[in-house]
Amino acid sequence: MKLEIKEKIIEKIFLLIALSSILILGLITFFIFEEGFPLILKLGPKAFLFGEKWIPSKDLFGIFPMIVGSFWVTLGALFLGIPLGLACTIFLSELIPPSLGTLLRPAIQLLAAIPSVIYGFWGLIVLVPLIRIYLGGPGLSILTGSLVLSFMILPTIITISEDSLKALPPSYKAGALALGATHWQTIWRVLIPAARSGIVASIILGMGRAIGETMAMIMILGNAVQMPNSILDSARTLTTNIGIEMGYASGDHRQALFATGIVLFFIIMALNILAIFLSRRRVD
Amino acid sequence: MKNGYIKAYFKWIFPILLLLMVSVGCQRSKAGITVAGSTSVEPFAELLAEEYMSHHQGSHIYVQGGGSTAGIEAVRSHAANIGMSSRSLMGTEKSLYAVTIAKDAIAIIVHAKNPVEGLSLVKVRDVFSGKIINWKELGGHDHPIILVTREEGSGTREAFQKLVMGEEEISLEALVQDSNGAIRQVVAGDPSAVGYISLGLINEKVKALRISGVEPSVKNIESRRYHLVRPFLFVFNGEPTGEAKSFLDFVMSPEAQRLLSKEGLVSILSKPSGG
Repeated sequence: MKLEIKEKIIEKIFLLIALSSILILGLITFFIFEEGFPLILKLGPKAFLFGEKWIPSKDLFGIFPMIVGSFWVTLGALFLGIPLGLACTIFLSELIPPSLGTLLRPAIQLLAAIPSVIYGFWGLIVLVPLIRIYLGGPGLSILTGSLVLSFMILPTIITISEDSLKALPPSYKAGALALGATHWQTIWRVLIPAARSGIVASIILGMGRAIGETMAMIMILGNAVQMPNSILDSARTLTTNIGIEMGYASGDHRQALFATGIVLFFIIMALNILAIFLSRRRVD
Repeated sequence: MKNGYIKAYFKWIFPILLLLMVSVGCQRSKAGITVAGSTSVEPFAELLAEEYMSHHQGSHIYVQGGGSTAGIEAVRSHAANIGMSSRSLMGTEKSLYAVTIAKDAIAIIVHAKNPVEGLSLVKVRDVFSGKIINWKELGGHDHPIILVTREEGSGTREAFQKLVMGEEEISLEALVQDSNGAIRQVVAGDPSAVGYISLGLINEKVKALRISGVEPSVKNIESRRYHLVRPFLFVFNGEPTGEAKSFLDFVMSPEAQRLLSKEGLVSILSKPSGG
């Protein structure tokens, strides 16, 4: 009897601790909206989302260049990161000699453990001068940002899509091979399509990481508030807009940065819901 | 067996961590004052704090960056004892108590190998507003000019806007960096870049341009011939008292002011010497 009560109490304490993490999420959401939403209402959502001029000292708060910047940088990162990630995944799960796997897997996971400021620093010192000298422009550009981001999203894409390949029933592979398919045909025609939902989810999560990355992008993108015309132009993303101006902002300017956060919030939410939805739809 | 670890955690490790946290918290709050704000003033404040602490055993001065506005906000909410600002106070901020501790010049910097040595103030304005886009027009190599500016709200940018740009806007194509150091880094790495930073932070990798023939040197600033100058402020919530006052007194002393002018700032004690 006494033991039962004790257990109940412990259960409740654990519930409380678990709920506190949701509470923190709720608080963050509440404060972002409380700080940023009045400004969106004041300017009108259209002027805020599609305005092309961001000049806070003149009360112009249009974040369209940043939305476009985020879009191009993320697209570039996926363009470079997806083929690389998928090739890596296929190699790791199907083709690798076992002895190499013990070395390669931790190495890829280590890629995720490197702080983003290190990626940024490396990009700034190594890639920026190369791109400036050989391709032109300031070097601090969408191309440089995409390159660095594509490395940063590799661990996300590789680990999740490898897991989804591993989760396939062994009969798929055995069946395909028994029917006379070559190893490569089995991978390309059977295993990849069967693991499709997991692979797509991994790409979407990688996309979320790319959109959310701030520190490295502040260092590499150049942060100009312009509509980029080429991949060698400097750009500013939604996250770097907040990161770079937070320190000195006050009044409406500060609220506009929170409002930028609201837009980011919706984008990330949508991506995560999409990823959850897609990875739940398992193969039938 | 696993349960044993959890038990050990709650019995030993958790209390020890808690104790550590509390004791660290106590240590921080024991003594000392916090100085927070402008990243332009920060390196000089750090230097002064070090000097001050070497004279006053047992005193602690914590210097933090964050930006002029953040520093002023911190003073207002009593999170910091002294705010550093590289711009004048605006609007409701004027109710705070501000002291000019030194003056700082803004230098227009280019890569050390750039053949251009000087520009008129009007040319600088035309470059930053995007009217002049190639170094060829300024006597340099045939290469597009890469502009580098500070972010909106920065004290340095505000001063640059007021002193150089006037009513003109800084081109939206300009690269934006969020500190003096980052601008210096970009300009040092790109032979066609031009930016502006505190005079005191110039190093051998970048070159300060003469403005309308006047070199940005301490002598020229003191004689009022170099005009791109702005105040560095210490901001207090009411008249300073105690440790904060004693630190301010030290900063205003001839000894500390000499230290600041050695670092490239203009002492408030210096008188304009004729010419």
